[in-house]
Amino acid sequence: MSPRNSTAAHARLLDEVGAVDQVGVEERVAKYTTRSVKKEAKVWGLKTAVSMTDLTTLEGKDTPGKIESLCRKAIRPYEAPSVPTVAAVCVYPSMVRHARAGVGSSGVKVASVATAFPSGQTHLRTRLAEVRGAVADGADEVDMVINRGAFLSGEFARVEDEISEVVEACGPAALKVILEVSELETYDNIRKASFLAMGVLRPGDFIKTSTGKTTLNATLANNQVMIEAIRDFYLDTGIPIGMKPAGGIKTAKQSLQFLIAVKETLGDAWLTKKRYRFGASSLLNDLLRQLEKERTGAYQAPYHFSDASESY
Amino acid sequence: MSAAAKNRIPVTKTPKVYIGGAFVRSESARTFKVSDRSGAFFANMPQCTRKDLRNAVEAAAKAGPGWARRTPYNRAQILYRLAEMLEARSGELVASLVGFGAREADAERGMATGVDRLIHYAGWADKYAALLGSVNPVAAPHFNFTVPEPMGVVGVIAPDSPPLLGLLSMIAPVVASGNTVVALASETVPYPAILLGEMLATSDLPGGVVNLLTGYRRELVPTFATHAHIRAIFASAGADERKALRLGAAASVKRVRFAEQSGAGWFADSAQGLDLVRDFVELKTTWHPIGS
Amino acid sequence: MPTRKRNNPAGSRLIFGDLWEYDPAPETADPKLKGRYDLFIDGRFVRPRSGKYFPSINPANERKLSDIALAGPADVDLAYRAAARAFPKWSAMAGRERGKYLFRIARLLQDRAREFAVAETLDGGKPIKESRDFDVPMAAAHFFYHAGWADKLEYVAPGRRVSPLGVVGQVIPWNFPLLMLAWKLAPALAMGNCVVLKPAETTSITALKLAEILQDAELPPGVVNFVTGAGETGALVMGHPGAAKVAFTGSTEVGKAIMRQLAGTDKKMTMELGCKAANIIFDDAPIDQAVEGIVNAIFFNQGHVCCAGSRLLVQESVADRVVAKLKNRIRVLRVGDPLDKNTDLGAINSRAQLATIKRLVASGVREVMYQPPCALPERGFYFPPTLFTGVTQSHRIAREEIFGPVLSILTFRTVDEAIEKANNTAYGLSAGVWTDKGSRILRMSTELRAGVVWANTFNRFDPSSPFGGYKESGFGREGGRQGLIDYVNLA
Repeated sequence: MSPRNSTAAHARLLDEVGAVDQVGVEERVAKYTTRSVKKEAKVWGLKTAVSMTDLTTLEGKDTPGKIESLCRKAIRPYEAPSVPTVAAVCVYPSMVRHARAGVGSSGVKVASVATAFPSGQTHLRTRLAEVRGAVADGADEVDMVINRGAFLSGEFARVEDEISEVVEACGPAALKVILEVSELETYDNIRKASFLAMGVLRPGDFIKTSTGKTTLNATLANNQVMIEAIRDFYLDTGIPIGMKPAGGIKTAKQSLQFLIAVKETLGDAWLTKKRYRFGASSLLNDLLRQLEKERTGAYQAPYHFSDASESY
Repeated sequence: MSAAAKNRIPVTKTPKVYIGGAFVRSESARTFKVSDRSGAFFANMPQCTRKDLRNAVEAAAKAGPGWARRTPYNRAQILYRLAEMLEARSGELVASLVGFGAREADAERGMATGVDRLIHYAGWADKYAALLGSVNPVAAPHFNFTVPEPMGVVGVIAPDSPPLLGLLSMIAPVVASGNTVVALASETVPYPAILLGEMLATSDLPGGVVNLLTGYRRELVPTFATHAHIRAIFASAGADERKALRLGAAASVKRVRFAEQSGAGWFADSAQGLDLVRDFVELKTTWHPIGS
Repeated sequence: MPTRKRNNPAGSRLIFGDLWEYDPAPETADPKLKGRYDLFIDGRFVRPRSGKYFPSINPANERKLSDIALAGPADVDLAYRAAARAFPKWSAMAGRERGKYLFRIARLLQDRAREFAVAETLDGGKPIKESRDFDVPMAAAHFFYHAGWADKLEYVAPGRRVSPLGVVGQVIPWNFPLLMLAWKLAPALAMGNCVVLKPAETTSITALKLAEILQDAELPPGVVNFVTGAGETGALVMGHPGAAKVAFTGSTEVGKAIMRQLAGTDKKMTMELGCKAANIIFDDAPIDQAVEGIVNAIFFNQGHVCCAGSRLLVQESVADRVVAKLKNRIRVLRVGDPLDKNTDLGAINSRAQLATIKRLVASGVREVMYQPPCALPERGFYFPPTLFTGVTQSHRIAREEIFGPVLSILTFRTVDEAIEKANNTAYGLSAGVWTDKGSRILRMSTELRAGVVWANTFNRFDPSSPFGGYKESGFGREGGRQGLIDYVNLA
């Protein structure tokens, strides 16, 4: 199959997934922000959001000590007994073995970014080696970035092939495919990229909005475009793919709106960490702050739950 | 007045100009003295430089896209709120004008006309597009429509008199149509512009949409004329200044309009209207085929 | 390799269950209702001559909210005389001053927005989310927009001098009580007319609350008068010799009756009547947004919208997909207590309207009717969102206005067929077009016989956008410069 034929075939297939109207999507998600979630429902939402958090640190200055305290926070976010553990910790490949040691047998997963996160701009062989290395060090999950340059040049077959190779390199580890929505720019592109990725993913894998390293990350609107793609793919093929919005979700209030979107678009089966994650760092403490407020009835001061993830 | 009141030393205010949503002194730190009607010292007014003007243009340019993107209804409400702010403080404004030599009746009439004029333009903000734009019946299977768009940063040079009404009358049509403004206030009675800055800051108007400078015309008019990012000039000016403005504008193809009113002319209804909005919009025409 | 697709014959389904239920979220702001509302004539609240009142109930639970005065012939006459007395001074007032009254009304309504939203929901049954986010802000916007026209009369009809008509009689419906009142009052007043207005019988409360705002705004007495009552009172308002013009929004049937009533007089009139709007979806439409558009078109306000997209015309090649997505979408619509902030579909406005809906639905074919499971409250008037597929043009539910949350779904194959089917109705108020292709939007807009065409959107309104119908949906326009012409004489 010549590359050109394959690309043309892909382009046609992707045209089939359909257009997205920007104003229409934004109006739909605005309705989520008028939902009022109170009392028991709010507590359920907050705890679920905690359980869905991929507690993340991706900084040049990360150290084993930082990873260790992150893991402690992940296992026991707060001293209240009913607060669940988070879903995973998310770290750079060099930190995976420290994270593995840190989470022990708590059930918290170790997720590693790989494939030259965040830009992805190295040779494919380097990116695949990084994936294998992270998995060998004990990563349960891998967060990869797609080749945006190839996507925007129309080399869809190449984008897809690279994802397939990463799936293979993951072995038993679950894969989350970062589309990097800020670079894809249009909702049409986000929808296309979602289908492109899902076509080669396995149940238990995820698609993800962003690296968190650019100025535009997860929004209700791009989350909506992606979960609608997931829904359509599931209803067509029976394969459930997970969703992970990442970056830009700082408050509990926002996270509840994302969960409302899931509830009304994908339904109950996706309201679980098996199929939905939040890529976040300071979100966790705001969730705890709100849980404490629901428990005591009093608004919390920020210093009870520091916003700075350094203080974990 | 009580004995305590008689002995109380009043606290005087330091006038600062309103640029980029903040109150600042001139970057040069220069000031010029302003006296009240009795000749007594009133305050040291910022003597703005061309660098202040440059900073103001930057602030206006930064605020431009956001202001242009606001809905016309939102711009209308903000202009109306500005009118509310002025009306609520009309006593202070009238006293200030009288303090600088205006007759009380004139000051009150200027105040009332100024507020009503703001409301007049608030009422234009969500209507001028319907009157200045059009759907054009071209002889082709195309839908063809013309829409008015803001020009960008507009430089306003207000008359010395009437100091408040002149400034308001010139700023309002420019802002109502989505442009942002850098304005030079009256040179002889600059203080009302300082008060206007305070009211702009409390009217929900985003910072940078209107920037007010005080200072000397001879120092600033040349830069108004030549700064390339100012896309249009609206000036109340004499013959020499007009020539200088037109000459300077040529280098960057600015649109130049002069206010023809003077003195009592500013109070008349002829000093306001749709044509003043039209002078500060661009017209964009789009074609699109009609078919299956 | 191309994206793999597996056929899924087992049919994966989405589960919209009770894993995470929203708790009740009632709006608690006080609507400050009075136990009894009198007529508003000549700037004051006055008892009706007959001394008679009728109850206004809350359709969500059938409980009485308030007693409303019943205006008879003497009251209507009193109102018209008050308006005529107020007219010379009001019309001679400088436009800039007249406008300021309207600006005041807009601002005062914005101040009391939440109170009015709750009152509107209690009286009419619409969800609080709608009254709060749409009805009240839009009503304030109409006053604000029209206020700015009062001193710009020379631009209303270029080349002509305009002058007010005099006293205008207006009758408004129950589906957007406060908003319809704003649509009627604002242009009339801005142009210098005085008004006698009858709110709908089941929804008089927010009009009479607005009368309080008119007093706070110090509107000169007699400029606006409210006479409450039912059909008889409406006929008196429309037929009074003091009216230079009448404006009516309501059913086509009643509109025709008024036109007959007024034949032989020289009253000007405008009518905004019923519709059976076609919402047309092409195969290249952004499908999920189109589905949301369908929901906005027919379930917004429980379908009590004159311009509701009550006929879905979907291109055959995407019909199954659209209907499947629509069913999933309406499964998460929440029907229930209008005062709950999470309610999407509130109560049907009255027992009578509910009976009408049920009767028309009964005439549809049961086998192709779909209603998502929803628990309706025991008391009050409720109806679930309802779809009928496989409908054709000859079906009753494709021809008659139901005025409820009921969608009739038809298919088409070509653009020409869509146009033909869409126009195959005596009505012509609105239409919707969903396609990714600009030239097609413009062609459809050119050929659809409807006063409002929504492309890739639906049920969008703005004070500056003229609204009104073709054919039996009425004549005259409301909103924009064009909407002012009906309220002036041209010289």
